[in-house]
Amino acid sequence: MTAAIAIVSPGADAAAQAAEAAARRSYSKLIAFLAARTRDVAGAEDALSEALAVALTEWPEQGVPHTPDAWLLTVARRKLIDAMRRRRLDEGAAAHLQWLAELQADDDTEPAWPDRRLGLLFACAHPGIDRDLHAPLMLQVVLGFDAATIASAFLIAPATMAQRLVRAKAKIRQAGIGFEVPQGDALRERLGTVLDAIYAAYAEGWSDPAGADARRRNLADEAIWLGRLVASLLPDEGEALGLLSLMLHAHARRDARRDAAGDYVPLSEQDPARWDAPLVDEAEALLHRANRCDGAPGRYQLEAAVQSAHAMRRRTGVIDWLSIERLYDALCELTASPVAALNRAVALAETQGPAAGLATLDALASDARLAQYQPYWAARAELLARGGAADAAQQAYAQAIGLEREPAVRRYLQQRAAALAAQSAVAVPKVT
Amino acid sequence: MEYMLLIYSDPDGFDKLSPSQQAEGMAAYGAYHQALQKAGVLRNSNRLRPAQSATTVRLQSGKTQVLDGPYAETREQLGGYFLIDVPDLDAALSWAARCPGAAHGTVEVRPIWAM
Repeated sequence: MTAAIAIVSPGADAAAQAAEAAARRSYSKLIAFLAARTRDVAGAEDALSEALAVALTEWPEQGVPHTPDAWLLTVARRKLIDAMRRRRLDEGAAAHLQWLAELQADDDTEPAWPDRRLGLLFACAHPGIDRDLHAPLMLQVVLGFDAATIASAFLIAPATMAQRLVRAKAKIRQAGIGFEVPQGDALRERLGTVLDAIYAAYAEGWSDPAGADARRRNLADEAIWLGRLVASLLPDEGEALGLLSLMLHAHARRDARRDAAGDYVPLSEQDPARWDAPLVDEAEALLHRANRCDGAPGRYQLEAAVQSAHAMRRRTGVIDWLSIERLYDALCELTASPVAALNRAVALAETQGPAAGLATLDALASDARLAQYQPYWAARAELLARGGAADAAQQAYAQAIGLEREPAVRRYLQQRAAALAAQSAVAVPKVT
Repeated sequence: MEYMLLIYSDPDGFDKLSPSQQAEGMAAYGAYHQALQKAGVLRNSNRLRPAQSATTVRLQSGKTQVLDGPYAETREQLGGYFLIDVPDLDAALSWAARCPGAAHGTVEVRPIWAM
């Protein structure tokens, strides 16, 4: 490989890290470029992972080449041609072989091939693919996560996840799902599913606040990386900017969610000094940019605005619940999401008292989607306790505790329930 | 479909907790039990006495052998189970993740093979 230039490496580890970082930067671009033409995502992945394996042994020793993309493409192209020749050739394959053979990968200059990553994201979140698979598919295809890691994040059996991913990739190829970026109204419509998938990946990574599972914490970072990619490729789409703002707001608070003892701290009790100030600033700037874009604000801009209202506390010292209530009003209207309705009820309890919040929660009680949703029961318990209905509050706390996955949050809810029990015992002295 | 959630954990871990932590742990299992019941998916559940109380029996070369102790002397031992009835493995895994045993030990999810 002539492009590989010798760099005096400061240490084997640093060299290995540099090689990995460079390889990973190239990965998504190359997958997108190769698969956009052949639509054979799995084939492109195989070829590229072989090329990566070669790179990760050669680069730490010989240095990262000037143009890692070109280097990897040259190797991957050869692997792809070999693999295609081994298979039975149909008409399409012959055309692809021709294309691959003519593909000039100039080793010394930055390649001028088109960036197809946005198209790849749209293919992964295509309506023809099961919605639940959009995020897993993106993580695998665009970021190169393995099926077992994705399975853990989404609580799916690894074998099942692997099988679903294989099927989804076969569908892209067989159904001829295109890698074109939709234009005009169709862009807005389809962009929603792309953003939803990125946010789903972020939410799974975010739900591991202790960072005990390094692979999952990494997932939140990777989702932000995807969010940055989409925001940079579609800089005039308010929702793309809104999603990035939302994720950065949440991410700025990741350390403040636990105290020194590892106990859970709810948002309203977090110390703003522990929020990551530069990230909050960046999130605010993105939201301002989003608000200047064309079109009515969508789900992510509204949710980012809620986070922004919470973030204002670092300056004002108080939470602007009235603004938050209005934002959730708009979200409920826009999405009809039961989670937005739940959050609206919590805001109402702050602006109009627990009875108003509770009445709204009662109206949601029949929604099956909330029956096993921990935050619903925790909110219910808090409002019942504030309204003086201690017994009903204890019932709701027990339900919330039984549904919670995170030990720190479970402990927090148990402490709230215990505090309520102690309070009720004082209020109504037992007659012995 | 019925699934057995088998909880494996190190019994020493529980013994090392303070009485209030132990009470908290038991209460968490109580709440989990109640949530399963309320969702209408719980078939049965039980704790098992510690592994020291186990006795194993097997027939070897025509002779019955009775031994003190559990089948396998491992640090993590089967401590209890929940038998649940849910639509599919995804749902079983989501309940397993909520089991307090997933935090202090390991929850093995096995489909029931009806006889």
